Amino acid sequence: MKHKQEAGIAGGLVAVGLAVGTAAFGIFLGRRHSGGNDDAPQFARRSNQAEHALVGRSVTIRKPAAELYEYWRDFCNLPEFMENVEKIAKQGGPTGGAVWKVKAPGGGTIALKTEIAEEVENKRIAWRSVEGSDIEIMGEVRFSPAPGDRGTRVSLRIEYDAPGGAVGRSIAKAFLREPEVQARHDLKRFKMLMETGEIATSAHRRSETREAKQQENA
Amino acid sequence: MRALTWHGTHDVRVDNVPDPQVINPRDAILKITSTAICGSDLHLYDGAIPGALPGDVLGHEFMGEVVETGKGSTLKKGQRVVVPFTISCGGCFHCKIQQYSACENSNPAEKQDMSATLYGHPMAALFGYSHLTGGYSGGQAEYVRVPFSDVGPIVIPDHLEDDQVLFLSDILPTGWMGAENAEIQPDDTVAVWGCGPVGLFAVQSALVMGASKVIAIDHYPHRLELAKQLGAEVINFKTTNVREALMEMSGGIGVDAVIDAVGMESHGFAVDNMIDMVKQKVGMGADRASALKQAILAVRPGGRVSIPGVYGGMTDKFPLGALMEKGLKVNSGQTHVQKYTQPLLEKIEDGTLDTTFLISHRLPLEDAARGYKNFREQQNSWTKVILKPGMEKEGAG
Ligand SMILES: NC(=O)c1ccc[n+]([C@@H]2O[C@H](COP(=O)([O-])OP(=O)(O)OC[C@H]3O[C@@H](n4cnc5c(N)ncnc54)[C@H](O)[C@@H]3O)[C@@H](O)[C@H]2O)c1
Ligand SMILES: [Zn+2]
Ligand SMILES: [Zn+2]
Repeated sequence: MKHKQEAGIAGGLVAVGLAVGTAAFGIFLGRRHSGGNDDAPQFARRSNQAEHALVGRSVTIRKPAAELYEYWRDFCNLPEFMENVEKIAKQGGPTGGAVWKVKAPGGGTIALKTEIAEEVENKRIAWRSVEGSDIEIMGEVRFSPAPGDRGTRVSLRIEYDAPGGAVGRSIAKAFLREPEVQARHDLKRFKMLMETGEIATSAHRRSETREAKQQENA
Repeated sequence: MRALTWHGTHDVRVDNVPDPQVINPRDAILKITSTAICGSDLHLYDGAIPGALPGDVLGHEFMGEVVETGKGSTLKKGQRVVVPFTISCGGCFHCKIQQYSACENSNPAEKQDMSATLYGHPMAALFGYSHLTGGYSGGQAEYVRVPFSDVGPIVIPDHLEDDQVLFLSDILPTGWMGAENAEIQPDDTVAVWGCGPVGLFAVQSALVMGASKVIAIDHYPHRLELAKQLGAEVINFKTTNVREALMEMSGGIGVDAVIDAVGMESHGFAVDNMIDMVKQKVGMGADRASALKQAILAVRPGGRVSIPGVYGGMTDKFPLGALMEKGLKVNSGQTHVQKYTQPLLEKIEDGTLDTTFLISHRLPLEDAARGYKNFREQQNSWTKVILKPGMEKEGAG
């Protein structure tokens, strides 16, 4: 599974190269459920038919959509639960520009700048990378009501590409290291934070926590 | 501080480890006053549970005094509390419907993958029970960090002794839920496999719930004697053909409900059990489910199967046909401890439940390794061991 994924990423790199751009993003939003003959989201297909690598995951959180939307809408909050993201600084402006500091192994970081591509209050936030980023990424989080009092269903979907060549490959490997696993863990942590006000850790002492380790690396 | 740590199969030691700290807002730190060794600890001790790492602090049945609290804790310093072995957040879907042992938020995200792969869903966290269930340090120690301390721990009134209430943490609610899961009706005959602490509490609970007859099965005379004193009829599986005896003792009907309080390390020399024993030894991960298989064959058509005994993986030659053809109903699970602590505390206070009759040994924490060895090897006489961190160490005995 993991090998297949990495091969997929590498292949995508060579073939697609750098340019993805706005047009592709439109297509990306449009074909969210395309490419299959059942009701499952595309990222659950056995063979992922997207041009670019695609990951997605859903969780149900026992909180109203408005509360979840509001927290996510402030991108500065995301590093709280996103494993590889150390910091996000808002640039302001009408397009919701943000500069991400993304961890790479060996202590380096990857440049990523994003803007909001589309948002529908309490329902959806989509973002995409802009010029000056080492990777091309399009992300979308959707909030929809769960049955009864089960809260809100939150679906995260990320489509990404990295530049070609050896450098690109290593960046892809670093940032996109087991992206499915990461998306899953990130969403789980988001759920914990929203439902319990904290992120579960079995650390015995403060020096063993994720935050402590992040500060060490900074 | 001093703590009992796991180092490998049949190798546990009392070591120096760093004191725990408050990390999350809802945490509390307890100074342990009493902590028990559970039958589930023996599965770890025998190396039958995957995901334990050398140095892990064990212990999931404990109580103590609150010495520190995070700002989200509702506990107060100085309170005496018993802590459920299941770590539950209180706010997720499963906690809200009182399925606490299925809490979605207590097992750290990065530790959920192993159990999600094994079981299709991640497990909730448990104290001191391998990294499959979170890797939290346990309570066979001088101090312990208790997450979600506003949800789990129950405050104990001063007039109750540690020994009376300690088992609210695990085996008492486990025996109780084991009986509840047997869906006992007044005229029922209920059979309980295993007269360890869980089985004994299941026997007692089934009688309190109004079963007309409870039959307890084991091969240790003293453990069977304890079941008898509670009011059960007993069968020694070493000397008696269990299935035949159960048919006779239920008037040819078969027992209405069965409770497996043995779990994955069933004793006995039935052929399939021997094969499973070999597989378990060479790491092929077969659970030895001989008691459960016997229970499924013994229960009457349309009867109920309750499984408080712990299983971790796969088992071979499972009588699936008997389960389906007889139309059996199965209830199981790690105990939803938080659901039972308050009502069972009341039953201890009003004398409905006796919780001290099974305690055979009280040892200082320093003697924990000896406690493990004997609880495993001298099961007849070592029926339940309580460790006391404060207690003076006696001479070897
Ligand atoms: N579901 C839960 O939440 C939960 C909680 C605590 C314990 N447990 C489990 O309950 C089980 C029992 O725990 P315990 O503390 O009583 O353990 P224990 O080891 O003291 O008792 C087990 C008893 O079963 C007997 N036994 C073994 N094979 C048998 C067979 N084939 N037929 C009849 N009896 C047999 C043994 O002689 C022993 O007396 C364990 O599997 C433990 O992990 C489950
Ligand atoms: Zn236990
Ligand atoms: Zn929960």
